[in-house]
Amino acid sequence: MLEIKDLRAGIDGKEILKGLNLSIEAGEVHAIMGPNGSGKSTLASVLAGRPGYEVLGGSVTFEGKDLFEIPTEERAREGIFLAMQYPVEIPGVNNIYFLKAALNAKRKHHGEEELDAMEFLQLAREKMKVVELDEAFMNRAVNEGFSGGEKKRNEIFQMAVLDPKLAILDETDSGLDIDALRIVAEGVNTLRSEKHAVLVITHYQRLLRYLVPDFVHVLAGGRIVKSGGKELAEELEQKGYDWIEQEAVEVAQ
Amino acid sequence: MSNANAQIEQIARQEYKYGFVTDIEADTVPPGLTEDIIRFISAKKEEPEWLLEWRLKSFRHWLTMTEPTWANVHYPPIDFQAIRYYSAPKQKKKLNSLDEVDPELRATFEKLGISLDEQKRLSGVAVDAVFDSVSVATTFRAELASKGIIFCSFSEAVKEHPELVKKYLGSVVPYTDNFYATLNSAVFTDGSFCYIPKGVRCPMELSTYFRINSAGTGQFERTLIIADEGATVSYLEGCTAPMRDENQLHAAVVELVALNGASIKYSTVQNWYPGDKNGKGGIYNFVTKRGKAFDNAKLSWTQVETGSAITWKYPSCILQGDNSVGEFYSVALTNNYQQADTGTKMIHIGKNTKSTIVSKGISAGHGQQTYRGEVKIMKGAENARNYSQCDSLLLGDKCGAHTFPYIEVRNSTATMEHEASTSKIGEDQLFYCQQRGISAEDAVSMIVNGFCREVFRELPMEFAVEAQKLLGVSLEGSVG
Repeated sequence: MLEIKDLRAGIDGKEILKGLNLSIEAGEVHAIMGPNGSGKSTLASVLAGRPGYEVLGGSVTFEGKDLFEIPTEERAREGIFLAMQYPVEIPGVNNIYFLKAALNAKRKHHGEEELDAMEFLQLAREKMKVVELDEAFMNRAVNEGFSGGEKKRNEIFQMAVLDPKLAILDETDSGLDIDALRIVAEGVNTLRSEKHAVLVITHYQRLLRYLVPDFVHVLAGGRIVKSGGKELAEELEQKGYDWIEQEAVEVAQ
Repeated sequence: MSNANAQIEQIARQEYKYGFVTDIEADTVPPGLTEDIIRFISAKKEEPEWLLEWRLKSFRHWLTMTEPTWANVHYPPIDFQAIRYYSAPKQKKKLNSLDEVDPELRATFEKLGISLDEQKRLSGVAVDAVFDSVSVATTFRAELASKGIIFCSFSEAVKEHPELVKKYLGSVVPYTDNFYATLNSAVFTDGSFCYIPKGVRCPMELSTYFRINSAGTGQFERTLIIADEGATVSYLEGCTAPMRDENQLHAAVVELVALNGASIKYSTVQNWYPGDKNGKGGIYNFVTKRGKAFDNAKLSWTQVETGSAITWKYPSCILQGDNSVGEFYSVALTNNYQQADTGTKMIHIGKNTKSTIVSKGISAGHGQQTYRGEVKIMKGAENARNYSQCDSLLLGDKCGAHTFPYIEVRNSTATMEHEASTSKIGEDQLFYCQQRGISAEDAVSMIVNGFCREVFRELPMEFAVEAQKLLGVSLEGSVG
């Protein structure tokens, strides 16, 4: 589904990703772990098309298409969803209206009929249960006045409604208490199927207890320096990142 | 320039869609202003002697005044002697029904999507269509008349209800008030008049569409609305104007009188030609709007201002009576080279008077926007309360927003609250929307609409729809 080859990218003229390779197939859950500044969020931003990030080399294909030829909103409509580390507030814009516009933009893109208000509401109610969000959230403005945990749950709620092929979770676990963590993980788990892929970006292992990955990759210095199964995450949790970085330096030498 | 800014600017640059000129034979005086011109206007309108005297008194006072320069707007000096002060569409005979309206005029309204027929049939709105300076058609007159409501052109009111006009004309905005209001008092040609009798709740929204048409003709509307004791009325004013190369001056005066226990809601959607994207042409809109509220009365101004090259406008409330209430809800959009200096004045005189100000300014392109508001609590205004909120939204990085709140409190029992904010449509917000599959254009209109929501919800339903269109971006769905 997603094929990243020798990706080099950065921001403000600074190269952050220095030749990253990663292949994700439908049905898989990948976790990318790494210390601060290793390039985790840069990877998420580049894949989603956040302005300001520059691609300096390499290639990314999504379902066989050159990802960088596809504008940001079309990537979303094609099925790439980024649950953001810092969800943005949009004052005065109704949460449910926002999401309906997003879903209908996607449906239109795929030549499907747009949902009317009633149909959409039904779908939204169903998905809200998954993330245990109160219905009152529907009528609040997008993320305005939401607590950190509510914002993250709202991201997962949006994800559930938009039903993306590839969901990228950028540090979704940061700032979450244990209950919220479980809810978020369960929300993502409901999306797991042979058609869907998930890329979890995280600093800590704790989310991965609830959202068990098929593959774990360690990102350091802009490259994936180690890959393994879910046990790699536990190893990192115990030993920290220093030994990996040490190893990476040795490999480089 | 960043990608997001480029997109915002592209959206902001959408051209004015209502630019066309209707070819109707006008009855026009030579340019310039003299006592003779005023006598001509007065005679043309078959006015009584007292009104001519009032006009002349105003004119003589105007000659002693100078143009105000304190507003934060910049434009070349206006040559008041180059303006034609009278222009009226020629009518062959007096009209009895809508069917007799000049077909070309009707076509113009239809191009604007405000066909009188449609208005009449579908929306139940009585429309007093003001085309240039003379009222062309008034609908629903009979139905309103059955409740004793008078809704007609100002000229008709002068003929048929001179006692009301004489009593209230200039009672809120005196002829000496300010340069433009005084000029208006001297030369006003027509406008709307409305009287709601005691205890009557007006059964429909009263609506007037203005349209500036003749080239080089200043527009001087005069509107007077009187709600007698316990009466209630909601009045809508909406405007579009044809595209022009030369600047056109518009100096209207609106007076509202809310007697004891009465309530007047005055809503405006203004979309006059703002000039082209280089700042050439456009309407100068120098308007004086003011209401006076007596005991337990309520005045509410709601405005959506998207047009005009220059806007100079401060709908105000004189809260004279005890327990009277004043409200001001405003959305003003300036883009390209538009300038707006707008706001309100709330003068608290009576006890327990209350006022609310919610102002939303949006600047795009090179637009410059100033909020100027004055809240004055007079000595006798025990327990007065004011809440002010002024928010500015910037689109792009070449526009500006300025806020000048003036607060004067002479009574220590007053409660004053003031909030102000300036924000920018951030790349983050745009990216967030786009990452969810929403196009940049839809995202901008969504964000702008969200920003204006508190004001839009004050507008009557049908006007809220118009307001969204006039914001220049499609703001689909988030109202109601």
